[in-house]
This record gives sequence, structure tokens and C-alpha cells, in this order.
Amino acid sequence: MNNNYYGWGLPIDISTHGASVDRLIYVIHWLMLALFVGWLTYLIIVLIRFRARPGHTAAYKERHFKAPTYIEVIVALIEAALLVGFSIPAFHAYRNVVPPADQAVQVRVVAEQFAWNIHYPGADGKFGKTDPKLISRVNPIGLDPEDPAGKDDVKTVNQLHIPVGQPVIAYLSSKDVIHSFALPVMRVKQDVIPGQEVRVSFEATQTGNFEIACAQLCGLGHYRMRGFFIVDTPEVFQNWLKEKAPK
Amino acid sequence: MSAPGEIRYIDHPHPVSGVTNAKLGMWCFLASEIMLFGGFFSTYVLLRAGNPAWPTGSHLLNVPLAALNTVILITSSVTMVMAWYSLAIKSLPKFKMYLGLTILLAFAFLVVKGFEYGMKFEHHIYPAKNTFYAIYFTMTGLHGLHVVGGIVANLYYLFPGSKMWETNPEQFTGRIECAGLYWHFVDLVWIFLFPVLYLL
Amino acid sequence: MSHHDHDHHGHHHDLPFWRKYIFSVDHKVIGVQYAVTALLFLFVGFTLMMLIRWQLAFPGQPLPGFLSTLFGDANAPGGIILPEFYNQLGAMHGTIMIFLGVVPLSVGGFGNYVLPLQIGAPDMAFPKLNMLSYWVYFIGGVIMLFSFFVTGGAAQSGWTSYAPLAVIAQQGQTFWLIGMVFLITSSLLGSINFIVTTVQLRADGLSFFRLPFFVWAQFVTSFLLLLAFPPLETAGVLQLMDRLAHTSFFMPSGLVVSGEALAISGGGNPILWQHLFWFLAHPEVYVLILPAMGIVAEVIACNTRKPIYGYKSMIYAVVFLGFMSFIVWAHHMYLVGMSTEMSAFFQVTTMIISIPSIIILTALLLSLWGGAIRFNTPMLFAIAFLPMFGIGGLTGLPLGLAASDIHLHDTYYVIGHFHYVVAPGTIFALFAGIYHWFPKVTGRKMNEILGKVHFFFSFIFMNGVFMPMFFQGLAGVSRRLWDPTQYAHGLSTQPLNVFISFSAWGLALAQIPFILNFFGSIFAGKKVDQNPWEATTLEWSAPTPPPHGNFLTPPVVYRGPYEYSVPGQKKDFWPQAMKETN
Repeated sequence: MNNNYYGWGLPIDISTHGASVDRLIYVIHWLMLALFVGWLTYLIIVLIRFRARPGHTAAYKERHFKAPTYIEVIVALIEAALLVGFSIPAFHAYRNVVPPADQAVQVRVVAEQFAWNIHYPGADGKFGKTDPKLISRVNPIGLDPEDPAGKDDVKTVNQLHIPVGQPVIAYLSSKDVIHSFALPVMRVKQDVIPGQEVRVSFEATQTGNFEIACAQLCGLGHYRMRGFFIVDTPEVFQNWLKEKAPK
Repeated sequence: MSAPGEIRYIDHPHPVSGVTNAKLGMWCFLASEIMLFGGFFSTYVLLRAGNPAWPTGSHLLNVPLAALNTVILITSSVTMVMAWYSLAIKSLPKFKMYLGLTILLAFAFLVVKGFEYGMKFEHHIYPAKNTFYAIYFTMTGLHGLHVVGGIVANLYYLFPGSKMWETNPEQFTGRIECAGLYWHFVDLVWIFLFPVLYLL
Repeated sequence: MSHHDHDHHGHHHDLPFWRKYIFSVDHKVIGVQYAVTALLFLFVGFTLMMLIRWQLAFPGQPLPGFLSTLFGDANAPGGIILPEFYNQLGAMHGTIMIFLGVVPLSVGGFGNYVLPLQIGAPDMAFPKLNMLSYWVYFIGGVIMLFSFFVTGGAAQSGWTSYAPLAVIAQQGQTFWLIGMVFLITSSLLGSINFIVTTVQLRADGLSFFRLPFFVWAQFVTSFLLLLAFPPLETAGVLQLMDRLAHTSFFMPSGLVVSGEALAISGGGNPILWQHLFWFLAHPEVYVLILPAMGIVAEVIACNTRKPIYGYKSMIYAVVFLGFMSFIVWAHHMYLVGMSTEMSAFFQVTTMIISIPSIIILTALLLSLWGGAIRFNTPMLFAIAFLPMFGIGGLTGLPLGLAASDIHLHDTYYVIGHFHYVVAPGTIFALFAGIYHWFPKVTGRKMNEILGKVHFFFSFIFMNGVFMPMFFQGLAGVSRRLWDPTQYAHGLSTQPLNVFISFSAWGLALAQIPFILNFFGSIFAGKKVDQNPWEATTLEWSAPTPPPHGNFLTPPVVYRGPYEYSVPGQKKDFWPQAMKETN
């Protein structure tokens, strides 16, 4: 792992929508800093100026301060702007704007205690049917052997490869408990709820070797539910798929 | 002015709030109970909305028995009010008769419920069978526990508790009023439970 | 605490020891019982945290010294904390701190002791119910602690107990659920008592807008407890049914655990648990902070020698906050797959609820202006509360907005955020309250030097523990990881973990002066009269310690709660119940 990716702050951002997330984080932190520095400066001044000392008495009827009301209104307006200008549109785009299926790499991710099963549709572009009743040690996603669409499907454990510069649609589900599929460098995180399939879409702008993390306590192996998230060039990705295809 | 160390408004109402401590306390308790049963009704709605194959209650449950229970419970609410009214007109014997009737009707409710559950268990129908039965048993079971609680309180007021009529009749009347509020609430929950579970 | 029993007119008669101190119906004895029990539980929760911090600083390393054999092979073979044990420590740390520590201390302890005194009442409206509330809490706590010793250990699915994980977990989870039922019952009974007492038993002349802010804070808190806890009780019953009766309220169809299909009906929904849980747990966080704000208001008014700025605005703000707290809960659930309409609704309500919080914080800050500030120990903690709560509240903003929450959800950023509010926030306020009201309970002041040492080092180490967590969260480090170094992004912030852990152990050492001070001052503290701080609120007009029934004659109130430095008076405080000028 190249440790230029991670440090003591935001990891590198290799996703097309990551900038909208990071922008919001930066703006909020500047706002927080401004408010905090303002409050702290005021606090230090007031603690020194109004400390009890001989000859100094407190003022019973204090003048009414207008400034805090203005500041409060400004803060409320900024919060409204953050909502309407940043967060609501960014979250809407993240959740609802889906690339057309024929232009995207489709992949299913089936989480379990404690691994990520990755399932590609193969050359025919169709996912084979799956059934929980067919799940076994050799068939962790319960792929139906009778379904012809599934004969060319690529299945891996903990190996999520995607091509750079191409949109990806991932269909997330879980076999057992709630997990959470997180790709920190992609600013992607989605809770994976058993009994439901959730769709998340993203596109990488850079190649490299990264990580899948589980972001919801899922049992004693939660800490080791690490997957490999590899972004390849399109050629390397296709070769990898061919190599992994069932013979 | 009260004596120092004496808690006020136990047997007479507060001039502004208009109620005694016990009555305000009982209304607060009932508010929390509304939230409790509200949680269960919300659960019912969420589960039913997510399950297209939800069965119709009247096909699976015993509507006539439940209708009988509804009549029993409503009647018991009437006898409960009569019990309180008997104290208001200062008749302890009438109070005891009406409270006794209320308790008997409550027992009858539980007996009918027992038959209902028994018939289900005989056919090996338990809460685990599906989410419909799960919510049916859980909600009616919790309601039944509340009926038991009401019986216990009323038995106390019928026997040892009624001694307070001699020492502090206002406070005792207030206690019966509060017990009545609780009992009406238990009745009211059933009036919602019956159509939701059995008829819809 | 020594209780002088004054023989006075009224209902007092000589009670045997077990009825005077064990099964007492006196709110002051019950308040002390709650406080002492809660402090013990806080100590237990703190110890669990120190073990967690060992594993995080030195993942997989055996515990040092005698600790390596203390926990047995089931939990820590060879002294190495197992992931299952680590998860127990995490789940129980949260549960114990919130439900057995902070709330019982702030509401059961301070609320019970101070509220009837501050409103001039002889006791709570329902003294026997009060006693029952304490013992039900005690039993709930015993059940929780006992769960560590059953096969499989204590609950280990987080204090949030999400289904299906909590449903398939071992029996410790059942104990957790049963313990919660007891704790919820205790809270409900207590909240009824507080509401009725505040409405009905105020002294003559004590209108609602003459009440100390502490009483308003407890009043709103009681409504939150009364109305928000029942859905969690619902959820607890449903999860118990899923675990014990094998229903499927929270269990969808088709679950396969460790290769085995679960033999259940299915048809349930894990999100149902989250909705019911967070419907309580969000108001619960306001239960954690409101009494603390109340304490801070009292200490600031008293030690600035002037009225609180914006007293009326603070009251409107706290009531509005109470209402709003019921409609923000799903901001804990932005990433479950909810529609963007729903998340937009909750983002809006979450932004709106920040307004009353800022109003209260600003009013407290502005209350310092124009004062004559005394820097005694309670005041130091109360002043420190303000920027610490500020950091906690501000860091809620990136979490409350869904787009930034995408990256920060379930990371250490969240842990930093809520700990700032609860630890150097609420707990500092509780320390302020202990130092402030200790003289009323015991007739002695706590030692100022030890108090300032306690404050100074606690302040430094609190920031040392929680500030680095924001950086870990920004780096993407998830919560509840037995070993964060398994991830490259966790490895990069590992030096911070070592720093945090040493700060945490330093924080533990910093409590030693407090513990010595607390017990030592009971016996050897400087004796003081009934109003050593020269405060105005009614509890300081009662004798020290207050007798059974509190006031020798029922007080009458003539003015507001913070009449300090009134022009034309000789003294700089004018007690609420004093008819003549001071």
C-alpha cells in the first residue's frame, strides 16, 4: 500500500463526486473555525476584563447585545445555504444520479461475516440468478447453476477491481447482519442491510491499490473485513476479468 | 398555608393546574403509554407495508370471541365509572359492588383471551410462525399484561386499599378516579387493537 | 454524608437505620444514593475505556502486569484482549456511561436532590415512587454488570444493539435487554415525579418565569424521558421476542449465518429497530446535555454576581429544543438507503435544532459580560464547559449534513463529536455541580487547591483524548475496530492512538485529587454556613443539611432567581425568599 494516500486528514480523493463531499467538509470546517475562534477570543477577553477584583462590581442591568442576534441569523442563513447549495444536491446526486447501465461496469457486492463477495456479470452482461437456499461454502453467493446467464459470471472474495474513468454501478446486499461498504478514497459509504439491495454508483479518476472497509459493527471479525479495491486501466481490468472467468 | 414538610395537593386540586398530584401523574403515565403502544402500532404499519402477502386478520383470527371481549371491556369501563360515581355520592357498598364487577369482567376478558390463545396453540400457531402472528401475539399479550396490572390495582383498592375511605375519602376518591383513567386507557387501546388486528 | 436529624414539627418520627438510609423516601437521601451509585458506575465505565485504549494503542499486545491474568482465558488469553471481549468493552462502556452513569447522576442525583429545594417544596410529589425508581435503577445496573459473567460475556453489539447482529448474539444481549427494561422503567417513574413536582409543588410566588434555569432544564428533560423512552421499550420487547420466541420483527427472509440458513419466518426489517432505537436515542442525547446546561447556568450566575443574560430566551430555546429533539432522529441513519426526500427532511430539522443550542450557549457566554467573575473550582468547570460544548456542537454540523456524513459516518469523527459534548461537556458540568452543591449536602467545602489541580489536568487530558479523534475520522478510520492497523488508513493514524491512550490514562490519574478531595472533605473539609457561595436560589435558604421536609417554614418567593448586584442593596445578592432588602 502506498502511504501517500493516507495521512492525518482526508485521504486522497480519486472519485468524480468526491470533490462535492470534500468541498462541504472544508467549508463547514472553516465556518466552525471562525465561530470557535470568535467565541474563544470573546471568552478570553471577558474572563480577563470582568474578573472579580477590589472595587469592581457586576452590572445588574446589562445592555442588550445586538451583535449575537445578527451572528445567529447569519449562522442560520449559512446553514440554510449549506443545505440547499451543498449537501442536499450533493447527496441527491450521490444517491439518485445513476449512469446508464450499458455504459457502466455492473458489479454485485454481497457482504457476509467477515468478507466481501464480489460478483461480476461476465461477458454476457447479465447476472446469474442467486438464491439464499443455494448458499454453501463453495457457492458463497448462492449462484443458481441451472441459470445459463450465470455460467460466465466472475466471483471473487475481497477482490473488487474496477476500470479507471468508467462509471461503476454496485448492487449491495448482505447475507447475515448489517455491514457497511466503505471506499474512503472514493468518498463512498453505504450501509448494507440484509433483506434489501441498495445501489451505489461511482467513478474513479486514478489507478492504484486501495481498500474496502467495513463501517458498521458486524461481529467479532469486523476489524478484519478488509477488501482489496483495485483501480486498473481498462485493458488490465478486462484481462483480469477474462483471467478470472470460469473455464 | 400547609404545615411545614407537608406535600400539598394530594386530596385537593392545585389552583392553577386544576388537578391533584395523582391525577397529573396518571395523565403523564398515560402519555408515556400512548408512546409505548404507538411504537407497536408503528411497527405494525411498517411490517404490513413491507409485506405484500400480509393476511387479512378476519380470516385467521377469531372475530366473534374478540368482539365479545370488546363488549366485556367496554362494559367494565362503565362499571369502573360507576364505582367512582358511587364514591362521589358517598356509597361505599355500591363502590365495592361496581369495582368487584369491573374486576370480574376483566377476568372474563382474560379467560376469553385464554381460549383464543389456546386454540391457536392447539394448531401449533405460535408467534414465530410469521410476522402477522408475531405482532398479534405481542400486542395482545402486552395489552393483556396491562389488564392484569389493572386487576391487581383494582383488587388492592377493593380490599386493603379501601380502608383509606375512612381516613381520607377525598384522596381515596381521587385514587379511584386515577384507576379509572388507567382502565379507560386499557379499554381504549383494545378499541384500536381490535379493528386493526382482527378486521383490517 | 452525616445526616443530623432535627426533631421538628411535621411528619418526622424516628426511623430505623434501614428506613432512613436504605429504603428512604426522602428525596435528598435518594439523590445521594443515585449520585454515589452513578459515580461508581462511571468509574466502571471509565475502567472499561482504559482497557479499550490499551488494545487500540498496542493492538494484540498482552495487558501489562496483573491485568494479563485478571480477565481469564475466555476474554483475554495470555493477556491479549480478544475481539469478542473488545466488543463487550465497547458496548458496555457506552451503555454504562449513558444509562448507569451520566443520566442517573445528572437527573437522579442532582435533579432529585436540588429540584425540590429550588422550588421550595418539602419533597417530591411521590416520595415512595421516587424510592422505587432508585431501586429499579439499581437492579437494572446489577443485571448489566452481571452479564459480564455469563457464558459468552456481556452484550457486544454496540450500545446501539442493531439487529440482526444483536438478535443472533449470545445470551449477554438478553441480559442487556432485560436490564434496559428496568432502566427505562426507572426513568419513566422518575420523569413522572419530576413533572408533577415542578407543576404542583412550587412555593407560593414561584411562577414558572421565576424558576432557576436548572429547574427548567430538568423539566424539559423529564418530558423527553417520559415520551421518548417508551418506543425503546417497544423495541426492547420486540428484540426479546426475536431472541427468545424466535419471531422475525427485525429479521428479513433468507438470512444465512456462518453457512447455515436461519430457521425463522423472516419478513421483518432491520431498519425498524434503528427507527425505534434512534427515536429514543436522539432525545436521550438532549437528556445528557440539558441538566448540565442547567448546572452551568446556576454556577455562572452565582459566580458572576449578576443575572443570567437572556434568561427568557434560554427558556424558550430549551422548550423549542425539546420539541425539535423528537424529529431529528434519522440523522443517525442517513446511509441506510433512505430516500433523499427523507434525508432532506432530517437534515433540515437537524440544522434547525442547532439554533436553540447556539442561543443557550451564547446566552451563557454573554452572561459573563459585565460580571465580577470569581474563579473558584465549580466556576472553572462551568467556564470550560462552554468552549468544550462548543466544539462538540460544531463538529455535529458535518455529521448532520448527509453529504459530508458519507465520509464521516461511523468513523472516529463521530466518537470525537459526541464525547466532546458528554465528557468535557456534561461531565465537566457535573463536576461543577458537585463542587458547587457539596457544601449544601455536607456543610463543608471541598478543597480549592485539589479542585484546581483536578480541573487543570482533566481539561488538558480531555482535549488530548478527543481532539486527535477528529483527524482519525477525517482519515476514514471506522469505529469499533479491534485493530485499526489492519487498514492502511488506520495504520497512518496509529501514532495518534498511542497519544490518545496515554492522555486517557493521564485523565484517570487526574481524577485522584478529586476522589481524595471528595472523601477527605466529607470528614475534614472547611465547615461553612448554609449559604457559603452567597447565592440567591431557594436551596441556599434551607438549613445545611436540609432536614426532612427541607424548610422550617414553607418559603414564599418574592423575585426572580438571579437577583445579584441589585442597585441600592448592601449585599450583592438578594435571595428569592427574602422579603426585606439585603
